[in-house]
Amino acid sequence: MSTKNRFIFSLILSLSMLIEMITKPLFNIGLPWHPWSMFVLTSGIMAVSAWPFIKSAWAAFLNHHANMDTLIAIGTGVAYIYSIYAAFNHQPVFFEVAALVITFILLGQVLEEAAKGKASGAIEKLLELQSKDAEVLKKDIWVKIPLSEVSINDLIRVRPGQKVAVDGVITEGDSALDESMLTGESMPVLKKVGDSVIGSTINKNGTFIFKATKIGEDTLLSQIIKLVKHAQTSRAPIQKLADKISNVFVPTVLIISIITFVVWYVFLNASLITALLYAIAVIIIACPCALGLATPTALMVGVGRGAKMGILIKSGEVLEAANDITAVVFDKTGTVTIGKPVVTDIIGDEKQVLEVAASLENVSEHPLSLAILDYAKKLSIEIKSISDFTATQGEGVSAILNNQKAFVGNSKMLNNIRLDENLTKEMQRLQDEAKTVVIVGLNNQAIGLIAIQDAPKETSFKAIEKLKSKGLRTIMITGDNQRVAEAIAKRVGIDEVIAEVSPKDKSEHVKSLQQQYKVAFVGDGINDAPALATSNLGIAMGSGTDIAIESGDIVLVKNNLEDVVTALSLSQKTFNRIKLNLFFAFIYNTLGIPIAAGVFISFGIILNPELAGLAMALSSVSVVTSSLLLNKSKLD
Amino acid sequence: MDKIIILIIALLLIGFIMWWFFSKRKTDAIEAKIKNNTQEVEIVVSGGYTPNIVVLQKDIPAKIIFNRKDTSNCFNEVVFPDFGIKEQLPINEAFPIEIDTKNAGEYQYSCGMNMFHGKIIIK
Repeated sequence: MSTKNRFIFSLILSLSMLIEMITKPLFNIGLPWHPWSMFVLTSGIMAVSAWPFIKSAWAAFLNHHANMDTLIAIGTGVAYIYSIYAAFNHQPVFFEVAALVITFILLGQVLEEAAKGKASGAIEKLLELQSKDAEVLKKDIWVKIPLSEVSINDLIRVRPGQKVAVDGVITEGDSALDESMLTGESMPVLKKVGDSVIGSTINKNGTFIFKATKIGEDTLLSQIIKLVKHAQTSRAPIQKLADKISNVFVPTVLIISIITFVVWYVFLNASLITALLYAIAVIIIACPCALGLATPTALMVGVGRGAKMGILIKSGEVLEAANDITAVVFDKTGTVTIGKPVVTDIIGDEKQVLEVAASLENVSEHPLSLAILDYAKKLSIEIKSISDFTATQGEGVSAILNNQKAFVGNSKMLNNIRLDENLTKEMQRLQDEAKTVVIVGLNNQAIGLIAIQDAPKETSFKAIEKLKSKGLRTIMITGDNQRVAEAIAKRVGIDEVIAEVSPKDKSEHVKSLQQQYKVAFVGDGINDAPALATSNLGIAMGSGTDIAIESGDIVLVKNNLEDVVTALSLSQKTFNRIKLNLFFAFIYNTLGIPIAAGVFISFGIILNPELAGLAMALSSVSVVTSSLLLNKSKLD
Repeated sequence: MDKIIILIIALLLIGFIMWWFFSKRKTDAIEAKIKNNTQEVEIVVSGGYTPNIVVLQKDIPAKIIFNRKDTSNCFNEVVFPDFGIKEQLPINEAFPIEIDTKNAGEYQYSCGMNMFHGKIIIK
């Protein structure tokens, strides 16, 4: 019988006894054939609703274990058996205690199950994202096959509105894709030939074909699910105390209950019934449910919420580490900055300068050329044909364009040409901002400048500002020269720069920073693996499919620095919620037991067994509710 | 007089509880049976996990078959935190869980609320 049915059964049977509790003292109307009617009703509850508790308690007892079922079974069993004895001897009975305690505890379990179902929903939601089938090219025909039959290098067609089946690279067509389910990014992302697509994302408008590169357990979605599952089942170190206590808790409660009985009956000369009721109340209130639920439910909700935003927290230990971070160290390239050079300024006639530069650079393979070509493409600049192209190492390129001699390069290309006053001034300014400046010349004259830099991401400034407002020291570590590093740091507001560090020395620097701070290291997860591992908290940033799940404690699916702030905030909130839950559970038991034992009777505070049962049920429900509220708490 | 009897009974009861629950008990480790390069072991779930300690051989694919006889909510789930496994156990039904035996070591598992514990040792 399900918990719910057991609850309904015991509710129906105990209802008349509940009514009698009110009508008896007020109108002196009781159940007919008292106490034998109560005996029959309660026996029904004990046999049907309480039986699983008794069975489990007995099985545990044989294994030298005791659990909450032990407490429920002994508490209600004592009330029930004593009442039978009392009924035969024409003494007052308290069958209703056993009946109502069972009803309340089952009510608590029903509510708890419903709430726990909500808390563990994240994994199910992720699994639902999975596409069921894929349209694959087989012998020149497009056929729909189940997802499990897709193999690597299959060509898969995706129409508008359809889900991308597995991870892959677009080979034909382009489209906007909604990746929000995995990255939390609300804007659709434009993808063209050569771009990678992620399984389970949704194709918005165009039809495209892609080649499957990762299938089955290797897809990003599968990796995320695995990670989330792992994190949700992990234990936070703070829980260890609770674990230790739970092992000895139940037997200790039984001993306290016996002592309560003896003190009341033998030393305080209370009646047998009073002493028994105190002893039973102690047993019932002490059920350690709330203690057992405190950590796993909060972890489940916190980690699940992170996963929905593309923030993957790897374990409960990570939460604790995130809580006492005092400094955040960033890798520069690809973390604070975009990771590839882009055109930031153009001095002179923008169209003309770009036209000349792009036409010349079109045949060059220099990384800076790519930046210029990208920018020209964005502004739809026409690329003209050139002749007599020459490239001079370390200087620049020159060619004939429209019968005029043109060049793009550094100051060594100038020869006899002089920069005018304005260009000289601008060049100095741009170089002070640590930008690489190229001069564009036409017809023996410098016509303009193009400044190129690996620019900070738009989100970097805001993220750093938020971290600083939390009182964290921000540090950037890079292999770049001091000037470039400082210019970038100044633009995004980073406190401290450690420049000219070779990749393998990064972890050494993290180590020395650790003497002063608890360090979180934010890096791309591929080159920075040693630094990520050395730091107190490694945050690996990925972009789409290339996430290096192994290397970080927290993995950010999106390439957005603001997620660092959100991740820290979520970790802290979850950890604090675990602490709050544990605190509440401990307080509840440490305060509840003496109250139930009648220690505070002189203050008029007492707790009868029925109320103890209700309080016990509500305590676990409130802990689960507190965990669920994590879904609603505000994140920075 | 009856109060003295009750006092004595109470003390005996406390003594029994301490002896029954707190005294150290030796639990025997059971080794999994190897057949056709896979190893299997059955664990009965009833008021605890029996056998409580299971020994698996390293690098041989392993299956732990849980057989849950206990209907208590306490045993709804079984959790292996080191392996990221959390499964609902059906009642009166054999439920196999595959264990990765690549890394030797001792791994604790527990019920969903971490009240009951068992251990697997991979050698």
